[in-house]
Amino acid sequence: MSETKVIETPNLKRRQVLAGATGVVGAVGAAFVAVPFVGYWKPSERAQAAGAPANADVSQMQPGQMITVNWRGMPVWVVRRTPAMLEQLTELDDVVRDPMSNNSVQPDYAKNLTRSIKPEYLVVVGICTHLGCSPLYRPAPNSPDMAAGWRGGFFCPCHGSSFDLAGRVFRSVPAPSNLDVPIHSYLSETVIRIGEEVEEGDLA
Amino acid sequence: MSELQTTKTNEPGGLLKWVDDRYPLIDTWNKHVAQYYAPKNFNFWYFFGSFALLTLVIMIVSGIWLTMSYKPDAELAFNSVEYIMRDVEWGWLIRYIHTTGASAFFIVIYLHMTRALLYGSYKEPRELVWLIGMLIFVVLMAEAFFGYMLPWGQMSYWGAQVIIGLFSTIPFVGPELAVWIRGDFIISDATLNRFFALHVIALPLVLVILVFMHIVALHKVGSNNPDGIDIKKHKDENGVPLDGIAFHPYYTVKDSFGAVLFLIFFAVIVFYAPDGGGHFIEAPNFEPADPLKTPDHIAPVWYFTPFYAILRAVPEPFLGVVAMGLSIAVLFAMPWLDRCKVRSIRYRGNSYKILLAILFISFIVLGVLGALPSTPLYTKLAQVFTILYFAFFIILPFTSAHEKTKPVPERVTA
Repeated sequence: MSETKVIETPNLKRRQVLAGATGVVGAVGAAFVAVPFVGYWKPSERAQAAGAPANADVSQMQPGQMITVNWRGMPVWVVRRTPAMLEQLTELDDVVRDPMSNNSVQPDYAKNLTRSIKPEYLVVVGICTHLGCSPLYRPAPNSPDMAAGWRGGFFCPCHGSSFDLAGRVFRSVPAPSNLDVPIHSYLSETVIRIGEEVEEGDLA
Repeated sequence: MSELQTTKTNEPGGLLKWVDDRYPLIDTWNKHVAQYYAPKNFNFWYFFGSFALLTLVIMIVSGIWLTMSYKPDAELAFNSVEYIMRDVEWGWLIRYIHTTGASAFFIVIYLHMTRALLYGSYKEPRELVWLIGMLIFVVLMAEAFFGYMLPWGQMSYWGAQVIIGLFSTIPFVGPELAVWIRGDFIISDATLNRFFALHVIALPLVLVILVFMHIVALHKVGSNNPDGIDIKKHKDENGVPLDGIAFHPYYTVKDSFGAVLFLIFFAVIVFYAPDGGGHFIEAPNFEPADPLKTPDHIAPVWYFTPFYAILRAVPEPFLGVVAMGLSIAVLFAMPWLDRCKVRSIRYRGNSYKILLAILFISFIVLGVLGALPSTPLYTKLAQVFTILYFAFFIILPFTSAHEKTKPVPERVTA
């Protein structure tokens, strides 16, 4: 046998080169293969479409009117507040639990007295921070269907939580914090983009 | 030596020989069972390793049966669990075995870990046994979390909301990471479906591999014992430790006897208190998940509450997550934090006994606090006991280096 076939002595050096080259190629391959496996976990096209930002056109809104926009399955309210409504907010500082929204959820640009970018338009998630019911809009002080002394705002029929016209929760009601303000921005003077922060005029 | 003799005297024949010529059946059996010598002074605490293995088998079998009727779909999941409970023959039993098994698993694992802390089983040369065991513990927690989500009840949903919310507190990448984990902007069908995949395939596979490695590592170094001494120092002329007895038949019989007692307790819970008084299955989980309605009080299942209490004790959310992660991570470092050469608590100084008592008490108190709604008083208490919990790991390296220990016996004691 040994006359016809000579077995080379194993060349360890050569193995090392081969192992090194295979290792590098393998690592690069693994990195590329990781992309689809990691990407697979991202929100699908369907989920992205369902979770896409929503636009609210406020050009047709009357002062004092509220519209509801569906964003990610949640009702988002846009209220066009009158100067009288805005004036009243300062008077309520003493009767709301968290007047400056220190313990509430909102983007930094809505952490102010009116809880909004432009004082005229309030944008809040219409879900009570207590147990998730959707409160009612009763903007007029002393609304006929409300208890005496009603100051105007939102009232949750489930457990009686009430909020002023900046979504700030009144004292001694079950809800622990102010209504959430979603991230939003102004696409133009009259279009509010809910769920995305864009520079004015960026997308329109 | 003895191996050679045994194989000679018990030369197999027939089918066994045919298999053994092609597969190391008898070798493996002897190495890990018939001629694996374990210390003869094992006590009650040494049941829990085998109970854990038994529980794993119970969970895998009952789990496979549950998947036959369960639907991992946000629209169908809750009703499919109710269908299992009401309409599938014996479905209620299989499901209660699985839910009770989850809690039993943690009871057994916590006692198994307590044993290691009492008798120094994590110390040299068993560091890897401990590290692999800790990995099993972490994977088991993930497995339990994913499993709790599947019935798609209120606590499934809101518990997941809280836990995934933890990731969004991570600076910079947090919110995107949370979206990636959920596969959606809210917890949804996509989240449920992937958690199902992880719960029934990925993590059980990892668990089984880790358990296998845990046992392989243990059999390489040999079992510790309540005296914490090395039985391999004294061997007879055949190389068998004088203080060792063969795993089979001695410990197979002991463990089988224990398993019967364990299963009796297990059956009592399954039949008479399957929700564990609201601790094994929480009341809100009998209501379908409602993304628009938060339950009054969100509490994790009992086995997570100590860590949850630590999370809530820290006012800043991200630091709370870090503290919770650390409370688990420090356990990995036990073999190096404890610098005392003596293993068993029987011969260790008072400093370790006091520290260990503080650790156990803090863990239990935190467990109680984590299940209660947070009030200013409870938060204060949780902060105190969080500090005490970490104090164990901070003080231990200093005291254990100069611990006043008692003389350790040469041979195991009764």
